This record gives sequence, C-alpha cells and structure tokens, in this order.
Amino acid sequence: MTTPSDDRATPAATDHTDDLLDEEVEPAGAMANVGAAIAPLLLGAAGAVGSVQLGLGEVTAPGAGLWPFTICVLIVLCSAALLIGGRRFWDAEAFSRNSLVVAIGVLTLVALVIALPYVGFEIPCALLCFVWLRFLGGEKWWVSIVISLGITLAFWLIFVLALRIPLPRLF
Amino acid sequence: MDFTNIINGFGVVLEPMNLLYCLIGVLIGMLIGVLPGLGPVATISILLPITYSIEPVAAIIMLAGIFYGAQYGGTITSVLLKLPGEASSVVTVFDGHALAKKGKAGTALGIAAIGSFFGGTISIIGLTLVAPLVASVALSFGPPEYAMLALLGILLVSTIGNGGGLKSVIAAGVGLLLATVGRDTFTGGERFTFGSLALADGIDFVPIAMGLFGLGEIFYNLDARRNKLDTPAKIANIWPSRAELKESSGAFGRGSVIGFFLGILPGGGATLASLVAYAAEKRVSRTPERFGRGALQGVAGPETANNAAATSSFIPLLTLGIPANATMAIIFGALLLQGIVPGPTLITDEPELFWGVVNSMYIGNILLLILSIPLVGVFVKILRIRAAILAPITVLITLLGVYTVRNSIFDMVLVIVFGLVGYLMKKFGFEPGPLVLAFVLGSLMETAVRQSLRIFGGDVTGFVTRPISGTIIGVIVLLVVAIPIAKVMLRKRAEKKFGVHLKPGESVLGVALAKEATTDDTAPVSTTTEGEKR
Repeated sequence: MTTPSDDRATPAATDHTDDLLDEEVEPAGAMANVGAAIAPLLLGAAGAVGSVQLGLGEVTAPGAGLWPFTICVLIVLCSAALLIGGRRFWDAEAFSRNSLVVAIGVLTLVALVIALPYVGFEIPCALLCFVWLRFLGGEKWWVSIVISLGITLAFWLIFVLALRIPLPRLF
Repeated sequence: MDFTNIINGFGVVLEPMNLLYCLIGVLIGMLIGVLPGLGPVATISILLPITYSIEPVAAIIMLAGIFYGAQYGGTITSVLLKLPGEASSVVTVFDGHALAKKGKAGTALGIAAIGSFFGGTISIIGLTLVAPLVASVALSFGPPEYAMLALLGILLVSTIGNGGGLKSVIAAGVGLLLATVGRDTFTGGERFTFGSLALADGIDFVPIAMGLFGLGEIFYNLDARRNKLDTPAKIANIWPSRAELKESSGAFGRGSVIGFFLGILPGGGATLASLVAYAAEKRVSRTPERFGRGALQGVAGPETANNAAATSSFIPLLTLGIPANATMAIIFGALLLQGIVPGPTLITDEPELFWGVVNSMYIGNILLLILSIPLVGVFVKILRIRAAILAPITVLITLLGVYTVRNSIFDMVLVIVFGLVGYLMKKFGFEPGPLVLAFVLGSLMETAVRQSLRIFGGDVTGFVTRPISGTIIGVIVLLVVAIPIAKVMLRKRAEKKFGVHLKPGESVLGVALAKEATTDDTAPVSTTTEGEKR
C-alpha cells in the first residue's frame, strides 16, 4: 500500500512539482474513502427499489422503471467495486478548518434564499457579501462594508434598472 | 460542399451585435483564463441565464468565445507567475516560466499567442471541411447508433478524464439517474418526483450545471485557499524575432494536428492535447535537454494544441449532437434552452447558426491575437484582485442568475444543493464532468435505447448486428478493456522510471512531465513565493 510520503522522490523535485501541480492536499482517511463508496451504493440501491416499484415491464415493452433500474444496478456494482478496492484509492481529501468556512458559506446562501421572498434581495445581498468578505475572506472592516454596499448597488443597477428582472426587492 | 452557406456565415458574424458578443465572449474568456480558480466550464455555467435573453447565434458565439478565449488567458499566468490559470496551460509553466526567468516573458507570450492563433485557425479550417462529412454520414444513424454513440461518449469522458475511472462511471450513472426524474415520455408515469410538483417536469439543466460547476467550484476554492502569488515577471518586447518564429514553426504545425485530432475525441480536449503536444515536442527535438529550461517549442507546441483542440471539440457536438467534454455539455444545454437540438441536421436546418458560430471563431481568434498582446499589462493588474472579493460576487451572480431563469426560488435551492454535492464530489475525488455530461445525454439515450428495443422486438443482440452500432460497441469493448490495461502499463513504467508511486487518478503523463522537467533542471528554480499581503 502506498503512503503519501512515498510520493516524494527528492526534496528539491517535490518542492517544484508541488508548486506546479498545486494539489498537494491532506488525503482523507480510510473512513472517508469507505463513505465515498457507500453513499452512491445506497443511492443506487434506493433507486433500484424505486425503479422496481415503477414497474420494469418487458424487454419488448419496457416499463417506466426498466431504464433507471439498469442504471441503478450499474451504480451499485461500481460502488461495490469501489468499496472493495477502495483501500487503493487516495484521491479523497481530508476536511480541514477551511471546510468549516464552506459550511458557513452554505448557511449564508440558505439564509439569503429564505429571506429573499420577505425582505427583497438588497439587505440579504449586502449581508452575504459582508460575511463573505469580513469573516470568510478576512478583509478589513471598512473594506468589507464599502465593497458589500458597492456590490449590492451594482446588482441593483444591473438587475433592477438595466435588465428589469422581477427580483423580489425593497426599492 | 455548399460554399454559399459558409460565406453567408461570415455575414452573420459581421452583424454588429454578433461581433459585440464575440468580443465580450473572448474578453470574458481571457479574463477568467487569467484568474486562477474559476475555469471556463464554471463561467459558462454561471452565465447560462444570460443566454436566455439574447439571440441563439449571439449566445453560442459568446459562449464559444469564452471557451477558446480562456485558452489564451491561461497562458499569461503560467508564464508570468508559474501559476496555470487553466488545466490546459499546466505544461506551459515548465518552459514558459523558465523563459520569463531569463527575461523573455514577452517572447513566450508572443509565441503562445501566435501559436494559439495558428492552431485555432487550422482547426477551424479542419472543422469546416470535416463537419459536413461527419454530419452527412450521421444522417443515416438510427436510435441504436445514437444510443451506442452516447454510451461511447460518456464512457470516454469517464475513462480519459481526470479522476479514477470507477468514480467517474459512478458519477455518470448518477447523472443518468437524475435525468430520469420527472414524467416518463413513453408511459406518462411520474418517476422519482416524490409527489413534488416542481420535479414533475424533471430537473432543469441550468441549476445542475450552475450548482455543480459554478457554486461547487467556488466552495472548493474557498476550502483550498491556495492563493499565494509570485510577483509577476517583467514583460519586455512581446514580438518574437524571425529566428524565434522559425524555431517554433514546426511546433505550431505539430501542435495544430495533435490538438485537432485529440479535440475531436470525446474526453480528450484541450488539457490532454497540451500534454501530448509537449511530450511530442520533446521527443522530436534535437536538444531535448533544453526542455524545462526555456525551450520555445515547449511553449509553442502545447499552446497551439490546446487552442486547436478547443475548436475541434465542437465537431462531435455540432454534427452528432454528442458533447465531447464538460464545456461542450454546457453549450449543448445552452442550445437546448434555445430550442435548438444539435445533431446531423443542424448544418442544413440552421446554417446561419452553424456557420455563424464556426466563422465567429476566425474573428474571435483575430480579436484575441490583437487584444492579448496590449492587454497583458491590464490582466496582470487584474490578478491583484483578491479571491476573497471575487467569491461573493460570483456567488451572487450564480444565485440571482438562476432565479431570473424561471423566477423560481426552488431553482435557487437546487443550485445550493448541487453546489454542495459538487463540492463534496470534488472532495471525495469524483469529477462532476461525467455527471453533467451524462445528465445532458440521459433522456436522449433512454429514448434511443427504448426505441431500439421496440425496433428489435426486444432482441438486445440487434445492437451488435447492425454494422455501425456494432462497430461502436466494438470500440466500447476495446475501450473498457484496452484503456485500463494501457493505464496500468503506463503507470508501472512511470513508477519504475521515476522511482515513485502514483496515486490512482493522478495523471501519469502530467506527473511524468513534471518530474522530467524538474529532474532535468540542474538548478531548481527557487520558490520565491511572496505571501499575499492582507
């Protein structure tokens, strides 16, 4: 079995290739790799059950479920192969503190979508920009505030004034 | 061949609006090519909503411009910052940046721009000659041929593309499954809608593409945060000398041919073409030891090839209706949104669109050649814009953009869901490309398979006995057996040669080239990375 450190040929060469390929990220552990195989396996299995319920029909007169059933069998087979051979796969990346940043990012998007129909796009838009700039991007306070307002104004000008798109809005 | 249509195509391109969209397209393309992170696929996905409000011809001209414009832009950062803006410009780093270190950044960029122009133009001429032939052959294709062709396309993208083959096939399977959501066209029954009215018409292509490619990529970059930048090398005298042009001329020619053919191949595309062209240049060179230390051919070959490939990858899309790579899948989707189904009849049914788009590439390439040289300075300044500022802007364009398509909050939710899926896929080593491609081809393939089964009266062997579909099956079998074996052999050889173990999914060619470039380098370039000041 290979370990990540085996990849390093000579220190000098590694420095260089790291920079070139720019993809040297901490690989994920065995659990993550198993999970990466189990998730599609479950999806395939669930899809196969659903397909059978839709009715497979005959080869001469295929039912609505025959095609999805075939695909699901393929997904299940490939996932099973991945699960068995998964120990050799090293392309999954470990989650880091930065992954938390992604989670916060997703939450801000969800918040925007929830708020949009009620308060229009301007305030959520500016808030989202601010959070991304200040907390996710590490920009300075005043920079974040100015840019957030600027971006929101630009969006208002483009979407509302120029393109006349019926976005839910305050103004 | 009917030349009047080709000439009329020029008339279409020269309409002021179309010229404008061509210019906008190549400018955006160059811009995002320069900016590392957001690639052409992500950008084209994010801009899909805009294509609704403009004419089909103008829309596709613009999207095509983004695609080949990005090939030009990616070079700039490769040469100046040792930071490939695009995957297809990774090999340009080896010699391009070495040239920049010698104070010849301008020459490298000039050669790359001329090579790109040359490769692009040769490829358009090839496209003009080959496409009508392919289309006329494809006119005799029936459902069985299309089913097998779609299968071949998906398999090629899954096996040749990045990432592990197995994971790519799974991703493609999920794409096919997602395509079945909604009303079944044959029986009228609803499939996998879970009683949701919003899903009854199926999942729209736009939120899937925008989520997986657009948001997914933004999330992934947010996680990776690898924005350390060198100070750009100084650029002087961008025009290559006559001797330098002569030195590169062979590479221009070889790069064009390699790029053209690899571009047609599904799953090939610009990245593979640039890698193969680099390897070819090194092989034919009388002074291979100069590669990695600033050989002009090492820039000319791959840069010519990636542009040639970007152009020729339009052939399978416009003549067969089978997208050859992820970018083409998005453009396929954009055409469908406009009510145009790409296929063998496109040339005769929509000559304006076909020849308009093809001929726009001549204009686009000329624009790029003219623009790329004076604008290099501007683009270097743009590089100073921090990723932290670009991220919220792209996120908002994506979210508000998808809303404008159908004024649907549900689509916004879908984009976020698929954005998260795209991020997780990348984290776990699954490529979103095969998924989107399979999704786009899904309903076409299902219809073709079911029609075929009716034609054959349920006899599956019909696929094999029909000459054309049988041949395609032969190719598929060869592919499923031959490519994995070839990969294992290449891997073994590379591991033996360089004394390293390769991770599965790691590109053998890419790693081999990187290692060769570095081992040839007697004095490794010192990594003068200046952390970006915040």
